[in-house]
Formats: sequence, C-alpha cells, structure tokens
Amino acid sequence: MAMTAQDAGGRPETAAPYAIELKGISKAFGPVQANKDIDLRVAKGSIHGIIGENGAGKSTLMSILYGFYKPDRGRILVNGEPIAIADSQTAIRAGIGMVFQHFKLVQNFTVLENIILGVEDGRLLRPSLAKARGVLKQLAHEYELNVDPDETIEELSVGHQQRVEILKALYRQADILILDEPTGVLTPAEADHLFRILEGLKAEGKTIILITHKLREIMDITDTVSVMRRGEMVASVSTAETSPEALAELMVGRKVLLNVDKTPARPGAPVLEVRDLHLIDHEGVERLRGISFDIRAGEILGIAGVSGNGQTQLLELLGGYPEKGARVSGAIRMNGEALDLTGAGSDARTRRRRGIGHVPEDRQTEGLIMDFTAWENIAFGYHDKAEYQKGWLMDNDAIRRDAKKYMEDFDCRPRNCDLAARDFSGGNQQKLVVARELERNPDLLLIGQPTRGVDIGAIEFIHKRIIELRDAGKAVLLVSVELDEILSLSDRIAVMFDGRIMGERLPDQTTTGELGLLMAGVTDTEHHAAEDGIPPEHRHVDDLPDETANGGPR
Amino acid sequence: MDFNTVLQILDSAVRLMTPLLLACLAGLYSERSGVFDIGLEGKMLMAAFTAASVAYATGSAWLGLLAGIGGSMAMSLIHGLASITFMGNQLISGVAINFLASGMTVLLGQKIFGLGGRTPSLQGAARFQEITLPLADTLGQVPVIGPIYAQLISGHSILVYVAFLAVPLTWWVLFRTRFGLRLRAVGENPASVDTAGVSVTRLRYAAIGICGVLTGIAGAYLATSLSAGFVKEMTAGRGFIALAALIFAKWRPWGALGATFLFGLLEAIANRYPNLDLGIVTVPSMFMNALPYILTVIILAGFVGRAIPPRAGGEPYVKER
Repeated sequence: MAMTAQDAGGRPETAAPYAIELKGISKAFGPVQANKDIDLRVAKGSIHGIIGENGAGKSTLMSILYGFYKPDRGRILVNGEPIAIADSQTAIRAGIGMVFQHFKLVQNFTVLENIILGVEDGRLLRPSLAKARGVLKQLAHEYELNVDPDETIEELSVGHQQRVEILKALYRQADILILDEPTGVLTPAEADHLFRILEGLKAEGKTIILITHKLREIMDITDTVSVMRRGEMVASVSTAETSPEALAELMVGRKVLLNVDKTPARPGAPVLEVRDLHLIDHEGVERLRGISFDIRAGEILGIAGVSGNGQTQLLELLGGYPEKGARVSGAIRMNGEALDLTGAGSDARTRRRRGIGHVPEDRQTEGLIMDFTAWENIAFGYHDKAEYQKGWLMDNDAIRRDAKKYMEDFDCRPRNCDLAARDFSGGNQQKLVVARELERNPDLLLIGQPTRGVDIGAIEFIHKRIIELRDAGKAVLLVSVELDEILSLSDRIAVMFDGRIMGERLPDQTTTGELGLLMAGVTDTEHHAAEDGIPPEHRHVDDLPDETANGGPR
Repeated sequence: MDFNTVLQILDSAVRLMTPLLLACLAGLYSERSGVFDIGLEGKMLMAAFTAASVAYATGSAWLGLLAGIGGSMAMSLIHGLASITFMGNQLISGVAINFLASGMTVLLGQKIFGLGGRTPSLQGAARFQEITLPLADTLGQVPVIGPIYAQLISGHSILVYVAFLAVPLTWWVLFRTRFGLRLRAVGENPASVDTAGVSVTRLRYAAIGICGVLTGIAGAYLATSLSAGFVKEMTAGRGFIALAALIFAKWRPWGALGATFLFGLLEAIANRYPNLDLGIVTVPSMFMNALPYILTVIILAGFVGRAIPPRAGGEPYVKER
C-alpha cells in the first residue's frame, strides 16, 4: 500500500479528471447542519477513506452523492463532468454504487431477485433472471464474490448479504463504489476477505470510497483519507504520510488516549461463579452450550465474539430476563450464594437487589424508554427503592434530584433531565444508562456493547468509569464485539463461539489474530481443544477465512 | 343431502364468495405494496352506491360498473393522499373512509331518491344478467359432469368470471412480472426499491389504484348483480371478512381463493339451513348467520398458524434521518 503514495502526494499534471469531485456541499436537517461546505476529491482507481466520529456527517455526504438526499448547496462532478444527482437512478447511471451500512435488501427475496430489482430488462422477469444468473457467475469468478443466487437473503450470513450488496452495485456497472461502515458486522476473517475483494476491484480500475470510524482499516487499505468532524471536512491526506494518532486527533479535535490507562488488577474473592449454563430457546436451538467462568472482585472479564454466538442470551440470563420459553440449566452463585435460574427469584428485579447492575446491549430497546424523560429513565429498575416513595406516591422530586446529580457526574449533555431520552445523542443516551447502573454501586456490573454507536469522547469517559468501578473492588462482565475494546479493558478475555467459550486468554499475552481465530470457532492447539471438550470437527479447519465464519450460528 | 343439494349450496357459495374474493385481491395488492387497507368495506360500500345510482339513472349495468369503480377510486385516492403523500396513519385513514362511505351513501341516497337511503330497485339491463355458457343445455344431460357444468360453472354474472380469472392473473402479475417484483419489494423493504432508483410513491399509488378498481367491481357486483339495488350498509362487514381472508391466505392469490370460498360456503350453508337440525339439538339461525364472523375472529386471533404480513406494511416510507 506504500506504492500508492504518489496518488495523493504529487499527482502528475496530466492526470485524468477525478472520479468524484465535490465542491461546497452543504446539507441541513432542520436546525442540524449535517454537512458544511464540503470539498472532496477522489482520484480514479484509488481507495479513499472517509473517517470521522458518529454523527460527523460521513453517511449524509455519501447519501447525497448517491442521490438519496438532496444537498442544499454545492456541486458534484463525476469524472470531470458536472452532474445534478436528483435521485438514485441518476447516481446509478453515472456509475456510482453504494453499499449502505444497513443493507437495502428484501429479506424474503432470492439473491437473484434482489440483484435485478430496479434494473430488470423488460416487463417479464424470466429473461432478466436468466441474464443476471450468467453475469453473477462471471462476477463471482472475477472477484471471489461467491453467493448462491437462489438462496433467500434471510438465509444468508451478514457477510454474504454484504456480498450481495456489492454484486448489486457491480451488476449496475458501478465504477465508483461507496461502502458505509462495511466491517461493523463482520468477523476479522470476513473483513479480510472483503478487503481482498476491494483490492481486486481497485486492480480492475474501480474507485472505492470507504467510510469507517476504524483507524486500523484506514491504515490497512486506503490510499488517501479524508477526516470529517462535526459536518466539516477537516483534512485530506495521503495515508502513507499520516499515522493513526494524527488521524484520531483530527477526528476529535484534541489528543485522545487510544489505550486505556489502568493498573494491573488485584482480584479478590469470586463474586460471580457460573457453572455449566445451558439455554435452549423457544425454537429448540441450543444458544448456550455449557458456559462456565468466574469473575473475582476487582476484575474485568471481557467476552469477545462475533455477535449472535450466545453473548446476548448469556447477558439476558444473568440479568434475569432470558427469552420467553427458553429452557435453562446450570448454576450461578453470587458472592457464594446460589441465584435462582428459574421461578420467582430469577427475575431482573431480584437480580438488581442482589447487587447486579446491567447495561444492556441495546440501549434503545432495553436500556431506555425513548419517549420518557431522562429522570424517569434514571429511576427504572430502581423505582421501587424506599427513598423514591412518598406514601402511596412516587417521590418524583427525589428522583429528579438523583437524576440531576447523575447527569452532572457523568457529564450528560444537554444537562436537562426533562428532555426525552430520544432527544439525547447516542453517546449521551448511553451515559444515562451507565450512570443509572453505576451510581447504584453494584457488586457485579453486566455491560454489553458499552460503546456501540458512541463517539470517541464518550467512549473514553465510559471506559474510565468501568475501570474505576473495577478499582473499587467490583466485578465487571464486559461483552463487546469490538476487539480493541475487549483488549484494552479486560483483565481476562474469554472468547465465545456457537454458545461455547472457546478459550481464555490474557490481554497482554494474545493477539487480535489469535482471538480472531477463536471467534471463528477455530481452536489453536490440541491441548485447548481437548480441555474444552470441543468435538474434533471443530478443530483445524483448513479454509478458515470465511466459510467457517459462515457456518456459525445466526 | 343429495347431489343436487350439494350443487345448489356450492352454486350459492360461488355467488356469495365473489365480492369477498374481489375485495381480498384488492387488499392483497394494497397490502403487498405496504399500504394496509381497512377501508375495503367503505370502498365497496361507496362503489355499490354509485354503481346502483348510475345503473338506475342510465339503465346500463356497464355504466354502473364504471361508476362503481369511480366511486371506490375516489376513496382510494383519499387513502393514498393521507397515507402515502402525507405519510399519515393508514389505519386511521381506513377507519375514516369506512365512516365517510357509511354516512355519505345514506345521505346522498336519501337526498337523491328519497327512499330512506336505498336506491330504487334495478331491472333488466340495469343489472348484470346471468350468462349461460355455450352447450350448457346439451351437456346438462350428461350425468355428474353435466349438472356441475350447467348449474355450478354456467349461469353466473360476468363479474363472477372476472373475479375468478383475477386469481391466476394476480398470481402471474405478482410473481412473473417486473411490476410484481417491485410491488412485493416495496411492501417488504421500500428503501431497497428507493435505492434501486424506483419511486416508492408511484408504486404504492399504482397498488392502491388496482385496489380501487377491484373493490369497485366488488361493490358493483353487490348492488347490480347479487342484489337489485343499493341498501344501506349492504356490504355488511364483507370488507372486514375479506381482510381476515387475506390474512388466512397469507397474502397469496390462490390462498385468497381458498379462504374466500370457505367464507362463501359458510354463508351459503347458513342461508340454506337457517335452523340446522342435528338430531339432538337444533342450531339456532342466529348462530348459523354468525358463522362467518366467528370464523373471522378465530382467524384474526391467530389460530390458523403464523401469518407474516409484508414487513413494511402500515409504515409510511420516510427516508431515514
């Protein structure tokens, strides 16, 4: 990738026009200025990264380029030609293809039907489908984009669904491909495969724009990179001439510590002991297949894994609200005393009373009631506490006092506890949930995806608070799909795959590569495989890059 | 019960299921495009009124049919404006259409004809007459097949045949044409259609347009073929029964045929045996007449397996922010 430095650094004067040129693009949604006077130039045949925090305006900018939104001001040039992109049809005709972060696929259609949707060759489907089948075969061969054309989308893994999106763009003969946060849902192996595909497309002369907030991806694959902050383009540089630290600083506008400062753990007595947990959901699928672990006081156990491998079920079970109709077996002990797994004593309220705080994975559906105010949300789960009661009534003043204090402590902005939860940004919503749980000083904190969709400033803050809780001698169970987060916070790391713990590692004695293999269900040594009781077919899978990951559960 | 009785009941079932089938297919187009339509009842009612009025005034059942389609199209357009263009709540818009039709038909009927909301009864060419298919008389002598052809298949109004032909046609449109592919896609994930460069709004208007035509035919059939004129509230909940049938049919054309036949059959049996004597007990007529509605409740309560509606159904399409 070093060879491409000349692309951005010193362009020869005779260069072909840019594939994409944006001049002074502005876009406002009501009072929010999503894009402010943006200029951008992307050279033909290059991979250009756009990096920025959540809400920096990256996706808006690309949606404008794809004709999904109309800009308020500004000009767009494609291959040197000025063009007014009024709708997606125009963008497609101009050779622009887009892979959205949330795929735009029809779930119960086949791959083939999704590919031809909107570009059918005539009024009848049969000839279009036949033609697409041929083209697909050729594309699959050319770019390693293998997908069964007759499979329905809902049967495909996320990685394969993404391939369908890329194939859709290529079938529309896109020369310029925009990918919005493409690796968020992929395993490391799937992400590597995606990057190989992108390299292949680049070699064919296609131009690629990659939107991401992951610095590592920018450094790995892009030729040039632009940084966005609060709706503005703050820099465009050649990747070879910059560093992750410099980019991070540009993104947030100040220096950030990418590594969390923390002292070595001093674990005490076991707080949570989990033994041989099994959970079979209402459809009869075994989601947890014998999970055992301990967490000691003053220790953070990180659970890594691709989402959908049982982490959610584990958190819900420990939090006291397993899915309806699930059958559960095993044993949990909290501070030496058994917790009920079923029956009246197993509900979330009892768990909270036993000193278990829970920050759920999905704050918008489980952590908060979006239409309720911040102070109401801060009472949830603890609303039956004695100090919140005034005879038969709730003591709302007491709750509001607490809410104000918590919002102060956690720097929740805006500092207005009467606003509805949905009026806060993602990071501040998460702070509300974290504040609610941490301020009650739980003995054990369950925390799922603590920084999903949260900007860097808030990430740093939440990480610090988690470490503080640990240093105060509490136990923390951290579940995250972000490997970097797991590596920087955890004192021990357990990797989950297909409802099992594939192995435990110490953060300073492992690598992302090793964890990635475990996440894909590959155990590294005979020793571990034997010890964890993994059946032989799970060991030493030869073609691990994506097929193993796809074989995983959904 | 002899063979002839069975034939007569089936024949009656075919007549009674026809408006249900048309309304069910109408709902199918609309809901497959992501626009829920509980206003089928109101559209049919409006169509029945306009069809009967114009047929009476002109003496032509065909002009009546056109007017019926016009009447329900007007209602469709209101639904479209409210729920597609202005992104309103589709259920509320549907309820409003039902009330509007229920009130307007009686009001206009009284104003124009002064018969308490009824239209004068239709005669001759103002009604769709029964068609005798070729060879019905000659073939009628052949045992078994003969009576089936002559009594059951032959001898219905043209609109009955239209309704039955609409089933394979709908299947073909839905699953074999470009329009069908886009229609199904827009009801499942409108964003996928939008990003493919196809207008969500136009597709949905096309769908409710077809819905308007089909409910128009259904209403005209009620007023100018099944009965001879418009009577206040003559749809009698058929629009809602058609909705239940649509769910029962899992939004599929052939399923719609089966589901509406079941309802038609129940109604036919109730008409034939008002007091069904089972030897020990006699089932009272109230219960027999309530049968289709009871079945509706059972279906809507989900006793017939899981029916997955189109995923984007009921949601106005707003580009995400």
